[in-house]
Amino acid sequence: MRFDSLLDSVGRTPLVGLPRLSPSADVRLWAKLEDRNPTGSVKDRAAIAMVERAEKDGLLHPGSTLLEPTSGNTGIALAMVARQRGYHLVCVMPENTSVERAQLLRAWGARIVHSGAAGGSNEAVRVAKGLAAEHPDWVMLYQYGNAANAQAHFDTTGPELLADLPTITHFVGGLGTTGTLMGVGRYFAQEKPDVQIIAAEPRYGDLVYGLRNIDEGFVPELFDSAVLTSRYSVGAADAVRRMRELLEVEGIFAGVSTGAILHAALGVARKAERDGRAADIALVVCDGGWKYLSTGAYDGTLDEAEEALEGQLWA
Amino acid sequence: MAVEVRVPTILRDYTSGERVVLASGASVATVIDDLDVNYPGIAERLLDDSGLRRFVNVYLNDEDVRVLDGLDTVVADNDSITILPAVAGG
Repeated sequence: MRFDSLLDSVGRTPLVGLPRLSPSADVRLWAKLEDRNPTGSVKDRAAIAMVERAEKDGLLHPGSTLLEPTSGNTGIALAMVARQRGYHLVCVMPENTSVERAQLLRAWGARIVHSGAAGGSNEAVRVAKGLAAEHPDWVMLYQYGNAANAQAHFDTTGPELLADLPTITHFVGGLGTTGTLMGVGRYFAQEKPDVQIIAAEPRYGDLVYGLRNIDEGFVPELFDSAVLTSRYSVGAADAVRRMRELLEVEGIFAGVSTGAILHAALGVARKAERDGRAADIALVVCDGGWKYLSTGAYDGTLDEAEEALEGQLWA
Repeated sequence: MAVEVRVPTILRDYTSGERVVLASGASVATVIDDLDVNYPGIAERLLDDSGLRRFVNVYLNDEDVRVLDGLDTVVADNDSITILPAVAGG
């Protein structure tokens, strides 16, 4: 496979069967390996789409500074795009994220502004909005409300899945900015409306929900619950257990959020099996496990890993 | 019908600091009504005129009730309900 540049190689990721985790020949699981993107996560798709949209809208010029609130992967993806296009990048990232994320951002030349741990990404969004007001010349692409984020998945991830798995019955993705689920969900609503759209959402420790009041909560502007068939909340214990199972049984080394997605996908598979229905369930491997090695997610017992992740933004 | 309700830090002022409390009801709405009997004021933090407040998520056995039948979602004995504020990801 030959591409004109790294950016041209984003997407067209492999969809691999999970024969040993699939309950039967009629109920099958398929993993979309988004860790094969240039910076190792699904966020490369949104990053390039948002930057290209902003360029078309005339918002960016050589030497422009991008600003983004991110728990890691979107920032890393934007940093790569920024390097290719000659932009600067400032990322606002919660301090309770893995050390590898900050190391990678710096390696790609991004500047990091840390936001407080309490409130997680909500706090990062708040700080970034403040910085945007102070620096009107900076361009905040704002992944939570940027239509190009969801559109990237409508234009690429959805069609790739349908081409590789025409018999698809379920799509299971992670709910963060909601871009993947909104884009893929709308694509299937148009092309194959009986496909069920299942969201797996991380359930963190108390610290992350430590807002001062409920009105400080945050729902991404992109989100529309009508696109979803089901939305599951998955805690760190289940996410880590499934992440390790994926590694042990299928040899796939994925990050913790993928464990949460697999947990929801296995629930869907069990239900299909119980109901005697055939199912082809596609799930997203959001990123590889590399960025989580320091968190302790792969070390010791499940209880130890769960404890290590307490208070961390692991997805 | 008794169900366990997990209460987020932000609402534990109402439950004397308890993380998990018991309530009863046949739907999410009636469980919240029952919660409010024992923990007065809590319902007002969860609901407004249009139903569940925008930044409040309620899960029945880990599934978001907004994507089920909302406040009308049927609750069975020994189910578990989790209340969480909405937070960002990404």
